[in-house]
Amino acid sequence: MAGKLKAFLTGAIVPLLVLAVWEATARAGLFSPIVLPAPSAVAIRWWAYLLPTDVWNPAAQSWLAWALSGELPSDAAGSLYRVLVGFIVGAGLALPLGLLMGASERIYALMNPLVQILRPIPPIAYIPLAIVWFGLGNPPSVFLIALGAFFPVLMNTIAGVRHVDGIYLRAARNLGAGQWTLFMRVILPASTPYILAGVRIGIGTAFIVVIVSEMIAVNNGLGFRILEAREFMWSDKIIAGMLTIGMLGLALDTAVSRLNNHLLRWHRGLEH
Amino acid sequence: MAQIVVERVAKIFHSRDQEVVALRDIDLEIARGEFVCLLGPSGCGKSTLLNAVAGFSPPSTGTIRVDGRVVTTPGPDRGMVFQEYALFPWMTVAQNVAFGLQMQKRPKQEIATRIGQLLDMLKLKEFRDRFPKDLSGGMRQRVAIARVLAIDSPILLMDEPFGALDALTRRNLQDELLRLWTEFGKTILFVTHSIEESIYLADRIVVMTYRPGTIKRDQRVALPRPRDPASQEFNELKRELGMLVMEEQQRHAAEEMQLTTAD
Repeated sequence: MAGKLKAFLTGAIVPLLVLAVWEATARAGLFSPIVLPAPSAVAIRWWAYLLPTDVWNPAAQSWLAWALSGELPSDAAGSLYRVLVGFIVGAGLALPLGLLMGASERIYALMNPLVQILRPIPPIAYIPLAIVWFGLGNPPSVFLIALGAFFPVLMNTIAGVRHVDGIYLRAARNLGAGQWTLFMRVILPASTPYILAGVRIGIGTAFIVVIVSEMIAVNNGLGFRILEAREFMWSDKIIAGMLTIGMLGLALDTAVSRLNNHLLRWHRGLEH
Repeated sequence: MAQIVVERVAKIFHSRDQEVVALRDIDLEIARGEFVCLLGPSGCGKSTLLNAVAGFSPPSTGTIRVDGRVVTTPGPDRGMVFQEYALFPWMTVAQNVAFGLQMQKRPKQEIATRIGQLLDMLKLKEFRDRFPKDLSGGMRQRVAIARVLAIDSPILLMDEPFGALDALTRRNLQDELLRLWTEFGKTILFVTHSIEESIYLADRIVVMTYRPGTIKRDQRVALPRPRDPASQEFNELKRELGMLVMEEQQRHAAEEMQLTTAD
């Protein structure tokens, strides 16, 4: 317990120091508040951004809906929604294709050239085409996020299937497993460490792409909000939005990593 | 009638610029219920022969018959125990043992009962919900043995199963294996490079030569069980087989020396 507290305090030293220096320089008037607002101003702005915008009316809505009626909660929900839908579409297509490409030399030979040509194109480069194809709003955004999540999951799934230790296949065939069982109960679980590493990278990419896509095609979400704030030169709100993006990204990554640890509780990890 | 019949079997591996004759002119008959050890230095093709009987890697020429049928694929009539255990790490002990029974589409109730018996028999009861990574080497090999006993194959193929274990665990599992063998009357083909292990366990020891792998000596072990590794008869046999294996070991070493100096 004391050790944890000590570790926490040690970890807090540098961030607090940075905050103090930042606040001091801002107060001293070294920078204009447009260039670099004080952290206290950012905190106040963040709080305002978080607060409900609706008038409290128990007859019209529940307290939860009211509490989340602020700009920040609805922006965060919007961004998160796009990330999840885009990720599910992208990973949902990448997983079966990756399993097939990993398991079959022929499908790999057919698909790999196309994959290798498309893979280096950053999803951002698809923005103009995405708007032409899907117009404005959620569809182009979801498309870009799906693209961003697709390749990491695909590449890792292929690698995962190809790295399955042959001895598990031999053992399973020896015990009487047919092709389908071999695939579902041996190849798939044996490749999960790779697949989940791909999922984690894919979620990270999806989160980058969502912010960019919201700067172009949508009119809510955290990416949209910080670009909107720039038009009014509200630097404190820009930074408040950025910090929210950081916290949300951290929360998402922590959740995925927890899920990985649970799904891979059988795995030896670094030890082997 | 012999249960396993190996007839004129050869196995040739092709690599880029050379071919290696791993097995040549192997003729071997193993009777039902017999415990046979394949003994020899590494590189003598004993594992290759075992894999051929298992159906993982068919012979280049010749045939292997089990109960009169030519072996072409792996199958649950020949349960295999690997040196590396090959337990499925994502399954618990109980799930590993259940795997083969599930492949046979047995009713759930029967599978549960059978797993209970096997885990009891191999003293694994408290570990049923553990993952393999949490078990010691000896425990893992017990699970692997329970897993192949579950499918009740008449033949057990064992590829240096105790090679990675410490001496004490090894003796322990050897005794356990003999007990199970006596109880279930299975035919066992057991690969080892330990002379002592082969004398302790086998009815017959087949000594193999180093490259190409041929049969150098087919030695019956008449000593009554339980065998005493300190007894005079045991040690006489050990010395005799030791000479045979040593000759092959030296050919192996000489060849390696040549390869290193040629480089």
